[in-house]
Amino acid sequence: MNERTAALGGVALKKPTIEAQESHGTEAAALPEKISVRNLHFYYGESLALKNIALPVYEKKVTALIGPSGCGKSTLLRVFNRMYDLYPKQRAEGEVWFDGENILAQRQDLNLLRARIGMVFQKPTPFPMSIYDNIAFGIRLYERLPKSEMDDRVESSLKRAALWDEVKDKLHSSGLGLSGGQQQRLCIARTIAVRPEVVLLDEPTSALDPIATAKIEELIYQLKSDYTIVIVTHNMQQAARVADYTAFMYLGELVEFGQTQQVFTRPKETRTEDYITGRFG
Amino acid sequence: MNAAIYRRRRWRNRAVMTLASAAAMSGLLVLFLILGTLLVKGVGSLSPAVFTQMTPPPGSAGGLLNAIYGSIVVTLVGTLLGAPVGILAGTYLAEFGRDTRLATVVRFINDVLLSAPSIVIGLFVYTVMVVRMGHFSAWAGGVALALLVLPVVVRTSEDMLRLVPDSMREASAALGSPRWVVILKVAYRAARAGIITGVLLAVARIAGETAPLLFTMLNNQFMSTDMNAPMANLPVVIFQFALSPYKDWQALAWCGALIITAAVLALNIVARALSVARTGSES
Amino acid sequence: MNHIASVSIRSSTAALDVPAAALRWHNLRDVALREATRLSAILVLVLLGGVIVSLIYGAAPVLRSEGLSFFTTEAWNPVTEKFGALGPIYGTLVTSFIAMLIGIPVSIGVAIFITELCPRPLKRPIGTAIELLAGIPSIIYGIWGLFVLAPFLQKEVQPLIISVFSGVPVFSRLFAGPPYGIGVLTAGIILSIMVVPYITSVTRDVFETVPAVLKESAYGLGCTTWEVVRNVVMPYTRTGVIGGIMLGLGRALGETMAVTFVIGNAHRIAPSLLAPGTTISAAIANEFTEATGALYTSALIALGLILFLITFLVLAAARYLLLQLERRAGK
Repeated sequence: MNERTAALGGVALKKPTIEAQESHGTEAAALPEKISVRNLHFYYGESLALKNIALPVYEKKVTALIGPSGCGKSTLLRVFNRMYDLYPKQRAEGEVWFDGENILAQRQDLNLLRARIGMVFQKPTPFPMSIYDNIAFGIRLYERLPKSEMDDRVESSLKRAALWDEVKDKLHSSGLGLSGGQQQRLCIARTIAVRPEVVLLDEPTSALDPIATAKIEELIYQLKSDYTIVIVTHNMQQAARVADYTAFMYLGELVEFGQTQQVFTRPKETRTEDYITGRFG
Repeated sequence: MNAAIYRRRRWRNRAVMTLASAAAMSGLLVLFLILGTLLVKGVGSLSPAVFTQMTPPPGSAGGLLNAIYGSIVVTLVGTLLGAPVGILAGTYLAEFGRDTRLATVVRFINDVLLSAPSIVIGLFVYTVMVVRMGHFSAWAGGVALALLVLPVVVRTSEDMLRLVPDSMREASAALGSPRWVVILKVAYRAARAGIITGVLLAVARIAGETAPLLFTMLNNQFMSTDMNAPMANLPVVIFQFALSPYKDWQALAWCGALIITAAVLALNIVARALSVARTGSES
Repeated sequence: MNHIASVSIRSSTAALDVPAAALRWHNLRDVALREATRLSAILVLVLLGGVIVSLIYGAAPVLRSEGLSFFTTEAWNPVTEKFGALGPIYGTLVTSFIAMLIGIPVSIGVAIFITELCPRPLKRPIGTAIELLAGIPSIIYGIWGLFVLAPFLQKEVQPLIISVFSGVPVFSRLFAGPPYGIGVLTAGIILSIMVVPYITSVTRDVFETVPAVLKESAYGLGCTTWEVVRNVVMPYTRTGVIGGIMLGLGRALGETMAVTFVIGNAHRIAPSLLAPGTTISAAIANEFTEATGALYTSALIALGLILFLITFLVLAAARYLLLQLERRAGK
């Protein structure tokens, strides 16, 4: 652990974890890391998109990735579940440790990894099937459940995503018929139905109206008790509202990482301060 | 502003627009003429006998039962052989291959096959099947038609699968779906209507195809259900009867032409309705 | 929102309990699907290879016995086994040329009518009707051409053409009598009717991709409809229109049945377009089953090979042209 934090401190971060310790006593140091990123480089073909990233993701906390468009925050998120593997020209180098395994290792079973690290996308992506089947889809991949148990799982997932009351009477109609906000909560329900350990959220509210956004944010707060969450967001207020930790990225580099309050109120880096105060981005 | 120039421009515009309208009208006129002739000549000789009796020798009455049966069989065989392979190959191009070298080559080759004259496909099947087997057969006809179905289905399947947004594939993969689930349960589901439309259009294309059957399936004056022997089929019967000097054969040819056209147009309309329903539900 | 708190989900941090069998099963099906699709794709390659090889193999005997003269002579005599492909090649090229000469302007005219002039409620029906013309099997065009179009041309049109052009040099030979009805010109006309729906539907589709703003800004300058089409729509859609024309040309070159009915099937090159002739596909369709003797069959397969090469060249040329245009546009 000490070695790891030291390594983090050495890279572009200027001792962020120590800062965290200063402001919040010993709490941060005691937190277990669910995911630890070390020396991560990422390439789209020839071009380098992420440079030497090192970052901890603490268990059962919300970590926000912020930064201007094209800074690499979504790219970093897509490394965590190796989504980039779908595309032949994208590759990552370095280490991403998840429960004692390097998920960048070749022999990693990607399907299993993605079942353990779920993801919700910018635009709602309901499958062209019924609401019920949307939820059951992921469960059926790895589990054979009797009908009644499946019903329970679908129900509890929808309740967990605060969607149950709105859809319980039309579970067998198409998921495409829901409103945008409902669709996004459906996607969250679908993700947690698989019972992942980590949930990745890629700008989950950028396509939604303020009311739907508020519901999702409330949901993120509720989910924190059971899941480790990483959220990419354009919206700095959103990061400030929902995240425990915030990482600011700029031009493929991790500029600053720390507790959200510290990053927003006492940024160590001028680039962070400039971005937060709206001088660029 | 020069009034003379303006007048010239207006005149030219009116001339071109008149010609364009005339072109459209003549196109419609030809469609009506063809369909009208078909109806007038075909309906006249349409009778229950057409669907219950065999093709007659010259000078006697008869029907087209064996030819209709043969056409249905050979179209089915062609579709069942060609469409699955076409869908799979289209899946490779859209899902696995994408921009690989193999995919690029296959895409080009498929375009070549798509534009290859059907009679050339007939020659190919003749040399590899009819000559080898030593006789004409319904199987050979079915294979020839399958080769016409194949490139159409490859093309439409790829196009339709490409219309499925990658975000859908990512969402499925993000739940831990292996590739086969992503493709079979999500991508196919989203592209289903389009792929079916493609298959229907391919069926419509082969249902009236004559040239490749001339020297693969040949013809048979009698009812035959033996796939290893020549079998009657509507297009070749129409070809032979229409060019014959006998009036009742010519009448049957018109009747067969009406049946084929009705079937093909129905297929086209169903395919079209399907694709309209698809775009309607998406928006 | 109280229910959220009240529903407890089993602690999710426990690692997913997935049986190894399920993982193996998934991986197996992944590989199976991947290989099945790849094999199907490769089958497409093999088939084309097979078509080419079998045609060359079948054509070899006549090419060996006739040599290059197969391509340059007109004689076609199965009895003496003298075969020259020039007649059918000429017929194929001339009928397709006539088809394009009539078909291209008509198609573009129809496309202009549908996109620019047609009242909105009629747009779809007319477009659909034109597309249905494309779906009609070619044998229908053939039988209609033989029994309706050819007699009409013979009685009403050809005598007129012959008398009009009788004094004009060049044309008097192109349109020399007698009016048979069937012949090269009739085949060209039937082909033009067949290619119009193809070219039209592609042209209409690409015309409709022109952004409305672009057209509106041209109208804003005071352009007439024709000027908008000529200067905005056509340049914007050039590649697509060329693609449609090539599609139509490929169709015309390879069309068999419609031509076979109305061209008269004579293996000679007559100066008059009203005289009977033949095309490659018509010759094959007419003679293949009756061909006795290995050399005769071989000659017909060689014709097929030539036809295949011609359509291939058209496709390749179209591809090349489109690539060039794209590159220029990309600059």
